Amino acid sequence: MDIHEYQAKKILSDFGVTIPRGGIVYSPENAENKAREIGGSRWVVKAQIHSGARGKAGGIIVCNTPLEVAQATDKLLGKKLVTNQTGPEGKIVNRIYIEEATDIEKELYLGLVFDRSSESIMVVASTEGGMSVEEISKEKPETIIRSKIEVAVGMQNFQARELAFGLGIEPDLIRRASDTIIGCYKAFSELDATMVEVNPLVISKQKQILALDCKMSFDNNAMFRRSQVSELRDKTQEDSKEIFASDRGLNYVSLDGNIGNIINGAGLAMASMDMIKLAGGTPANFLDVGGGATPEKIVKAFKLVTMDEKVKVILVNIFAGINRCDWVAEGIVDALKKIEIKVPLVIRLAGTNVEKGNKILKESKINYIEANTLEDAANKAVAALNKA
Amino acid sequence: MTVLVDKNSKIIIQGFTGKMGSFHADEMIKYGSNVVGGVTPGKGGSKHLNLPVFNTVKDAVNETGADSSILFVPPAFAADSAMEAADAGIKICVAIVDGIPSHDMIRIKRYMRRYTKSSKMTLVGPNCAGIISPGKSMLGIMPGHIYKEGRVGIISRSGTLGYEAAQQLKNLNIGVSTSVGIGGDPINGSSFRDIIEKFETDDETDAILMIGEIGGPQEVAAGEFAKENMKKPVIAYIAGLTAPKGRVMGHAGAIVSAYGESAIEKVEILKECGITISKNPSVMGDTVKSVLEKM
Repeated sequence: MDIHEYQAKKILSDFGVTIPRGGIVYSPENAENKAREIGGSRWVVKAQIHSGARGKAGGIIVCNTPLEVAQATDKLLGKKLVTNQTGPEGKIVNRIYIEEATDIEKELYLGLVFDRSSESIMVVASTEGGMSVEEISKEKPETIIRSKIEVAVGMQNFQARELAFGLGIEPDLIRRASDTIIGCYKAFSELDATMVEVNPLVISKQKQILALDCKMSFDNNAMFRRSQVSELRDKTQEDSKEIFASDRGLNYVSLDGNIGNIINGAGLAMASMDMIKLAGGTPANFLDVGGGATPEKIVKAFKLVTMDEKVKVILVNIFAGINRCDWVAEGIVDALKKIEIKVPLVIRLAGTNVEKGNKILKESKINYIEANTLEDAANKAVAALNKA
Repeated sequence: MTVLVDKNSKIIIQGFTGKMGSFHADEMIKYGSNVVGGVTPGKGGSKHLNLPVFNTVKDAVNETGADSSILFVPPAFAADSAMEAADAGIKICVAIVDGIPSHDMIRIKRYMRRYTKSSKMTLVGPNCAGIISPGKSMLGIMPGHIYKEGRVGIISRSGTLGYEAAQQLKNLNIGVSTSVGIGGDPINGSSFRDIIEKFETDDETDAILMIGEIGGPQEVAAGEFAKENMKKPVIAYIAGLTAPKGRVMGHAGAIVSAYGESAIEKVEILKECGITISKNPSVMGDTVKSVLEKM
């Protein structure tokens, strides 16, 4: 789960990281007042969407008067921002963060992620803040320093100090910089985060160390024990079909193609997408209804796939284990009584009681194309698409 | 020898009296697995499925001599149960449960570092289908009948894709020595490399089929291990050629976030390690067959 910049900064500030003064607003009038309340003579108006690279997309505006702050807010609110991370449809701006402008002396990069090889938390830092970490590793890999943290004992002061000295921070500021790094580590480890990225972390002309921008992601599996984090979810930033799916226990990712998929198991779903591609088609979605493929899940899956107007063919591929094909077939027949399918439907069943399952499908009145193997299913789906 | 489980494995079910635990315990018993009891804290002393229920894993081990366990406890309590099994002297523990927080998985693995190599439990999963040695024992939730007895080892992240492979092999009259589901989570108990190493020394296995997917370094690590240390042939299929970068594809661990984690990159690296690639999921069985014929 992702959260907004202003929410991430609030969390970091609770862990002792200094952030510029700022506040969230939902209207231009509000924005003008907020700028006065914050004080100072220069402000930054920042569109809150779940994406980086907002500056290049026009989502960050520097203003010199409270009136300009109101105008900038007016311009951004309700707009869809398209960045290189949002996809062509962009993301809607419903919240604006107003922040006092910072006189920047130096921009640094600080990121924390899980390192899957060493199964520990990795802190990555660089003197080249402001660029994405991908750009830094491509253009200035020599500036990257790393520290692997032993999670059983947590981050030690010396590790934070080493990073701070490694970043060339002046001696007077080392203590403050270490506290900042440790604050980020604590936020990561105490809140079940999967990523904390402060980019840039800046040293201001007034010699303050500030988190100027921040992104945080959290482990969905741990949200049961992090209610204060899960409350920060903003559904307006998510694909509506993906919300429908996640609220119903389905794993769904919206894609660009036109062959809709209903599959049990994430690996089999990825494999089926690969087969569609090899057969010359493109998948409209990834959809895993879970290993069990219960009738209820199948009904929900058909609803979800038919919500997508791009879908011109639907491919169902279920490998039934304990949950037998005859039971799955009854679920499909039942689902199709409730939901009208206007596009060709290809069904491949495999596993336990496959003959019985196919017999049930055949004897029902449903209109479908039977397939036997993964390859056969993909080929028939693409052929049906070309005929349609 | 068989990898991880055999007829002599004495199995207990953690989360025995729950719906999932009861259902799959029954399936395992029907398959012929030697299930000797189960654990549900607070229900010790009672009987379930005609088998004894214990309050703690230690009690179960002391009374029954159990050496293997399978977890059907909810994700919030799974880490605790896995550590309890390790501490009680269980040798093989399979965690079926999907949804254990990554921070908890790291905690389990750190906890297990207190044991010496010879006394350390092997944890398989979480978010996996478990282990089956066809005709001998099943410590998992797979449909046992799709596995034919034989000499090919399977390691898969995905449950259903592992079933697909077993079925393709059976249709070609090729059997399986052991199939191990290592699960789809970013941090798991046993890696591809851990299991592939066990297959190399298993005298009942001739070749290994490794079914990987996008995300993480494990497939490549196994490939590099195979190149340096293995004599038995390894065949691999990597799912997710069409998966977009930066998105989680169902499995929490199936996300491309670094170089070498996409399906295309993994395939290239594995080829360089001398591994035979199944070019699509429909020909996993055929690819294994052609490798076996050349042996």
